[in-house]
Amino acid sequence: MTTHVLSDTRVLTARSLTHIVRSPDTIITTAVTPIALMLLFVYVFGGAIQTGGTESYIDYMLPGILLITIASGVAYTAYRLFLDLQGGIFQRFQSMPIARSSVLWGHVLTSLVANLVSVAIVVGVAFIMGFRTGASVGAWLAVIGILVLFTLALTWIAVIAGLSAKTVDGASAFSYPLIFLPFISSAFVPTDSMPGPVAWFAENQPVTSIVDTTRALFAGQPVGTDIWVALAWLVGIMAVAFVLAMRIYRRKAA
Amino acid sequence: MTTATQPAASRPGAPAAPAIRVQGVEKSFKDLQVLKAVDFDVAKGSIFALLGSNGAGKTTLVNILSTLMKSDAGTATVEGFDVADSPGDVRRSISLTGQFAAVDEVLTGRENLVLVARLRHQKDPGRIADDLLARFSLTDAGDRRAATYSGGMRRRLDIAMSLIGDPPVVFLDEPTTGLDPQARIEVWQTVKALADGGTTVLLTTQYLDEAEQLADRIAILHEGVIIRNGTLAELKRLLPAAKVEYVEKQPSLEEVFLALVGEPAQAGEPAASVPTAPAAPSTKESR
Repeated sequence: MTTHVLSDTRVLTARSLTHIVRSPDTIITTAVTPIALMLLFVYVFGGAIQTGGTESYIDYMLPGILLITIASGVAYTAYRLFLDLQGGIFQRFQSMPIARSSVLWGHVLTSLVANLVSVAIVVGVAFIMGFRTGASVGAWLAVIGILVLFTLALTWIAVIAGLSAKTVDGASAFSYPLIFLPFISSAFVPTDSMPGPVAWFAENQPVTSIVDTTRALFAGQPVGTDIWVALAWLVGIMAVAFVLAMRIYRRKAA
Repeated sequence: MTTATQPAASRPGAPAAPAIRVQGVEKSFKDLQVLKAVDFDVAKGSIFALLGSNGAGKTTLVNILSTLMKSDAGTATVEGFDVADSPGDVRRSISLTGQFAAVDEVLTGRENLVLVARLRHQKDPGRIADDLLARFSLTDAGDRRAATYSGGMRRRLDIAMSLIGDPPVVFLDEPTTGLDPQARIEVWQTVKALADGGTTVLLTTQYLDEAEQLADRIAILHEGVIIRNGTLAELKRLLPAAKVEYVEKQPSLEEVFLALVGEPAQAGEPAASVPTAPAAPSTKESR
């Protein structure tokens, strides 16, 4: 049975990608809010925000916007998983001789593809709005790598939510705090402008190290130790969420 | 224990091993004991009906037999494989058609069939899909999304998806609940054709006439216990002999309805457009 993990995962990924292709609004909705935020921050608030750097404000805030895009995108992963559980097709898959984990991996890979498409749309709009980067190919690859890790980490959290939710609304509610987290970080304003305890939280939560690393990569500057802190957070969150998700899944599939 | 079936082996001419054997299966959810020492056998190639009202434990039993749930006590085997010890082998031998049609509404009917064929690692999924669409009178609707299907079409697609890979044992959990009379008869014909082709069918139902129409053996599950298990004739003998009375036969509303819409009233009459014997689609495994 395990020999089929790859082919079963491929078939099931193709299935849920078809869902996305047939309702592309899920990708567009995911991209609309971050784009609106970007317009708001660049053209309304941005003029009053002092980042202390020489870069334009859109260059400063794009990394945070990309994280918000992904944090809202994974809500759809939880939603799709929840619908499978509700609709009975999950039971059908479970009673078939397929590799059981492939049912989850299909959703996880779909989440990755869908979120990267949303991120690409947002980056495209940012370019139109004046975002410029001197990043080398290597720096771009590093940015993509960080965003992939971030998506996977949040997707496994989404899997936990989708598997344990009782209602459709409950399945996607977990994403609201995740969307909010970048606001209490270095994503939009420098943390040293915040009052003590808030600044402490902002400096020590995962988003700040991820944002600072991505911003440095886009600017073609050295990333310093930020990248290791960011990677430790990402891999740690992903590992914990993966283990929890698999445990819940096995109990569900018993 | 007095209600337990005689093993199929004791019947003359029957093959030695039953397709399904359930012995002393118990299951509780928290304090609620849903199944209390359930025993029965299902002979290969027969149709076995589990009859019971809502909450009798029918679905729980089907979920245990199809490896979706573990029993608290007792053993159950399907095609000789223990459901607890070798769930993989059991899953290869069965298919489950659950209480709610488990089709992917976003995909077309054909894509649903191709999806299952791929997951069952069949050669030529496209041809299998086309064969089944034809067999279940869904060819015209094959390229429409399943969300647009009527209840009967959806259930037909659901059963068609279950037949891919020719599993020797098919579980149908309340296959006709919520269907209109014509769709019900179509499902009945499909089930009969399956059994004629050698497939073992275990179906659950709350409709007495459904069990009467289809089943070789009927077990009545009541409050977690099989209270009776036998053929229709055996069950009928439990009551006093029929009194002969002369009554004027009034047509039932169902007969009137079917006559008005021009459908055959007898489930046994194969209509031209309905699935016939299961000309098995090409598969890797043979029975």
